[in-house]
Amino acid sequence: MILLSLLGISILVALIMAFIGDWRFAPEVNIGGSLLTFIVSLVLALQVYHEGGSISGSTYFFVDYLNISLVVLTTLVSTTTAVFSRRYMRVEREHGRVGHWRMRFYHAMFQLFIFAMLIALVTNNFGVLWISMELATLATVLLVSLYRTPTAIEAAWKYFILCGVGIAQALFGTVLLYFAAERVLGAGGNALLWTNLSRVCAQLDPTVMRLAFVFLMVGYGTKAGLVPLHNWLPDAHSEGPTPVSAVLSGLLLNIALYALIRCKALVDGSLGSGFAGNIMMGFGLFSLLTAAFSMLRQKDIKRLFAYSSIEHMGIATFAFGLGGPIATFGGVLHMIVHSLAKSATFFSVGHAAQMHGTQEMAHIRGLIRGNPAVGWGMFLGVMALAGMPPFGIFTSEFLILTATMKDAPYLAPLLLLGLTVAFAALFRKVQPMVAGLIPSGQKQLSAANIPVFLHLALVLILGIYLPGFLANWFHLAVEILK
Amino acid sequence: MAHTLAAQINSLLAALILLSAFALLAQRKIMGLVHIFAWQGFFLALSTAVIGFASGEHHLYISSLLTLGMKVFLLPYILYSLVHKLKIHRDIEAVVNIPTTMLLGIVLVVFSYHLTAPIRELSNLMTRSTLAVALATVMLGLLMMVTRRHAVTQILGFLAMENGLFFAATSATYGMPMVVELGVALDLLIAAFIFGIFFFHINTTFDSLDVDQMAKLKETD
Repeated sequence: MILLSLLGISILVALIMAFIGDWRFAPEVNIGGSLLTFIVSLVLALQVYHEGGSISGSTYFFVDYLNISLVVLTTLVSTTTAVFSRRYMRVEREHGRVGHWRMRFYHAMFQLFIFAMLIALVTNNFGVLWISMELATLATVLLVSLYRTPTAIEAAWKYFILCGVGIAQALFGTVLLYFAAERVLGAGGNALLWTNLSRVCAQLDPTVMRLAFVFLMVGYGTKAGLVPLHNWLPDAHSEGPTPVSAVLSGLLLNIALYALIRCKALVDGSLGSGFAGNIMMGFGLFSLLTAAFSMLRQKDIKRLFAYSSIEHMGIATFAFGLGGPIATFGGVLHMIVHSLAKSATFFSVGHAAQMHGTQEMAHIRGLIRGNPAVGWGMFLGVMALAGMPPFGIFTSEFLILTATMKDAPYLAPLLLLGLTVAFAALFRKVQPMVAGLIPSGQKQLSAANIPVFLHLALVLILGIYLPGFLANWFHLAVEILK
Repeated sequence: MAHTLAAQINSLLAALILLSAFALLAQRKIMGLVHIFAWQGFFLALSTAVIGFASGEHHLYISSLLTLGMKVFLLPYILYSLVHKLKIHRDIEAVVNIPTTMLLGIVLVVFSYHLTAPIRELSNLMTRSTLAVALATVMLGLLMMVTRRHAVTQILGFLAMENGLFFAATSATYGMPMVVELGVALDLLIAAFIFGIFFFHINTTFDSLDVDQMAKLKETD
């Protein structure tokens, strides 16, 4: 019941926004709607905690320790993004970049996107998971091209075509999964349910599951932005409005990875070997290294952080591929802290770009002097992303590195190399932007600071002190993936 | 007896689907492509109905009708009217190397047969031999999206891929669960709405639907 209201609220707000999205108080309604879903998701999380385990709403939906963590994260980040978007979109509107219709469209699609992601997380059915992933893509395609500039249209078209191709492979994988499942569970909708499949995964035919995983990996890997399937990502993340970049980087990539690790759990159960894990480790490491070196030569600030998202997704994919309790724990934690830190950084980046009227890093200077909150927000966010202690990303990367030393020591140098290069790239690019004198032509604006510092505070808390119940929670989430 | 006959009819239809996938690769006229796509949808709907009749899985009739409505009438109609509104119905795409593309296509078909071989051995459905054709259709759609530079052609490749996926589901498992098939159809409808908007945006911004003009977003060195 609570589960259904969670989904109901977001689709209802999306519908309302289609009519009043350009109203003066529409951003507030948008925040309210997101906040409501956040509160509902907290209630749901408490329920899971008290009842100790998974709740199945019906055969269609289910909640366990793993997906509820991501539901809470998704609704939290969508709320803070709505808060940020209020100020940000106001400035964009004053500059005449978006009109009435586009504001309606923007708000409605934002909520539809959240709705699609929530379905993807709580659905029990692998087919529905695919459908909602595709819906989330479709909802954001036109948000990427919101400004209708030639580059924005190009980016959105690339996003549409490449993700369409990628996700089609995942559908073929799902067909194969159904083929394998049908032989054990019988025909009909029940054969695609996670709750059934995870029970019988040892009986699924290994040959079919192996083939299915290759297709699922390519499909969901495209959506998670893993190299070499990542071409759409830097364009889509850099050309859309910044609130959209924040949710694309912070949330959508996580959902794709979530889909992938659910599939991996089934394939592992069926094959009993490291086949899926090895593929994921390969993709993860390759993404980390490629993205880290690409970051060195970026000029556009949003592209820089788009590559940083690829890098972090690579680390998380690697961790899940490595498997074992420590690495998986690190992977789950990494998904959460990266999401918080990356969206916080994008908020600051959005304001910085608005202050300078450009996304070119060479023209963004003197942020701390010009607007201390934006400057420090960006600097701390970047430090968190670069994996500096005491932020949470340091903790998760440390866990992953420790597990690598133990289980695959020959890969540890490569992992370290990627992390070091990424750190160097981020620091070298960001330091001149935040320090230094104020350039001429820098405009002042009232920034939305609460979302940034709220996220950074959470990342910090998760880094220095993981409360007992939360650590326990993540351990239980890790159990599910075994 | 009825089964073998149905299986034979289905194989024939599968061959026609594959043939239309190749025809899409070779066709250069935009309107011609839309017509071939409609025919492919028709063969697909017919094949689904035949499988539904022979296997007694009656939900396949619904899928068949859905395919008929969407892929034979609605989507081609949308494309047809878009192409006319954009005044590109006489467009002939300048494609080089069609013979090479066709040869590559043949390689992909062989590859598909090789890839699906273990599944054919596991399955005891009468449609098991057509799964390879389905995968080949997906691959050929992919090839079309990669080799063509016209926005409408790329979308047709995308839709042909979707046809292949649908055919894969009917061949491998007599169709996906109903809720999934409906959801996929819904996504397809939304996608149609989106590419419709896109054609206009691309056309007004770049004065043509040639996607090669969209090459501003390159990695800067």
